[in-house]
Amino acid sequence: MINLEKIRKDFPVLNQKINGKDYVYLDNGATTQKPVQVIDAVADFYRNTNSNIHRGVHYLSNLSTKLYEGARAKIKHFINAEKESEIIFTKGTTDSVNLVAFSFGERYVSEGDEIIVSAMEHHSNLVPWQMLCERKKAKLRILPFDKSGELEIDKLPSLINKKTKLLALTHVSNSLGTVNPVKDIIKIAHKYKVAVLIDGAQSIQHQKIDVQDLDCDFFVFSGHKIYAETGIGVLYAKEKFLNAMPPYQGGGDMVDHVSLEKTTYLDAPFKFEAGTVNYVGAYSLGLAIDYINTIGIENIAKHEQDLLQYATEKLSQIDGLTIYGTAKHKTSTISFLLKNIHHYDTGMILDKLGIAVRTGSHCTQPVMDFFEITGTVRASFAFYNTFADADRLVEGVLKVKQMFE
Amino acid sequence: MTIEEIQNEIIEEFSMFDEWMDKYEYLIELGRDLPQIDTKFKTNEYLINGCQSKVWLNAELKDGKIYFTADSDAIITKGIVALLIRVLNGRTPKEIMNADLFFIDKIGLSENLSPTRSNGLLAMVKQMKMYGMAYNAKLNS
Repeated sequence: MINLEKIRKDFPVLNQKINGKDYVYLDNGATTQKPVQVIDAVADFYRNTNSNIHRGVHYLSNLSTKLYEGARAKIKHFINAEKESEIIFTKGTTDSVNLVAFSFGERYVSEGDEIIVSAMEHHSNLVPWQMLCERKKAKLRILPFDKSGELEIDKLPSLINKKTKLLALTHVSNSLGTVNPVKDIIKIAHKYKVAVLIDGAQSIQHQKIDVQDLDCDFFVFSGHKIYAETGIGVLYAKEKFLNAMPPYQGGGDMVDHVSLEKTTYLDAPFKFEAGTVNYVGAYSLGLAIDYINTIGIENIAKHEQDLLQYATEKLSQIDGLTIYGTAKHKTSTISFLLKNIHHYDTGMILDKLGIAVRTGSHCTQPVMDFFEITGTVRASFAFYNTFADADRLVEGVLKVKQMFE
Repeated sequence: MTIEEIQNEIIEEFSMFDEWMDKYEYLIELGRDLPQIDTKFKTNEYLINGCQSKVWLNAELKDGKIYFTADSDAIITKGIVALLIRVLNGRTPKEIMNADLFFIDKIGLSENLSPTRSNGLLAMVKQMKMYGMAYNAKLNS
């Protein structure tokens, strides 16, 4: 059980009025709010500790480095990686995918090779692979999904052949909420010796992630979607790949020895962390993980599933409302449309009622094309949302209907 | 009426609404009442691409004045489009080029014009002025 009253006090953004109404924040799929435990500690860091990491001999630089590396240790533990050196700090999910698309691509992908993605990927786990394929004259193959928003996994083996190098797949669809059975899919891919990257941007905040149990080769996520700052993300990769892959960017802090003729690189993770990294962001991610651990990711998952069920049931009763994404396993994300009412109009009125939702294609235009729509209204719940928030959404939708009908 | 006078008239109309709801209901009404654009203009060529709502716009020059027709797939957007047309329709290219559209801000709809809203309206204002420029050049050539 979670103590919502106590939790909501930890998130100052939630406790205000927007457009004169108590704020209902249901855009957690886009970004999550930050608890005071993160906000205050980050402010305190700038006030008392700030120094660049890894290169200073002085006291605060050592402390700063310790906090940065401490965050790496927390993340390793949080996702159960085997080693800390398998945790690379990046700018975010997009940056992590681009890193793999470049470095894995340089090492393993040549002309005629194939990469597989699903048809429900966020553009950030689609475009980097398209770019890689263009660069290497490789081929991108697509794993389809059905009308409920579930992947057609039985089609996967027929997409794999000797040329297939990697499968890049989202764990949870950001526009439909589908939780993909990634463990089973990874097993199939590995049977054919195909490496697998899992986009965890929409799963890390909702369920326990165990990368060793999943046996994924790469797992990527963003800090800001799991209650930490923006501009920090993680790439988990198995050590064998990190050793074999060339660096993504060159610069300071990633080199072993530099002369004007030749440079040798440090080992992972530093090989992939060129320049001054976002060490404060990394620190904030460690703090956010501490916060989640005090509540318990299982408790978070339970409450969010209750919210999903409650809101889905209530919304389904509204005449003319269609929910897009009705998979059996979903996160607390509901995409919907009202008959003959544009998603933008719906979102505008909900905003006026103090309810924040996302409208549009959610960076998944192929998903919208599949359903032959231009966008949806997406309500995405986090563990600090209440049943009253779901009620306010339902009331708001009914008001929209009344205004436009 | 001048462009400025029509804008002041709109501002006065909107000042009668105490509730945001009434304002939006009025916009919805305006959107519904906007004369249909000829379907031959509802093609990609006339589409002003916004990220979320689409706007189609056509402009024709008659007796030295520009006449607009437009449509949008979102009604609130369409309502604002109707207001823009009311202000700029039947004006000379030069008037349109130099128009200062202060009413949008004054009636509290400027949020609809911020680039992050990506609803195509900002692009529509730009496109209307582009038509002004293009027809102005044509008249002077």
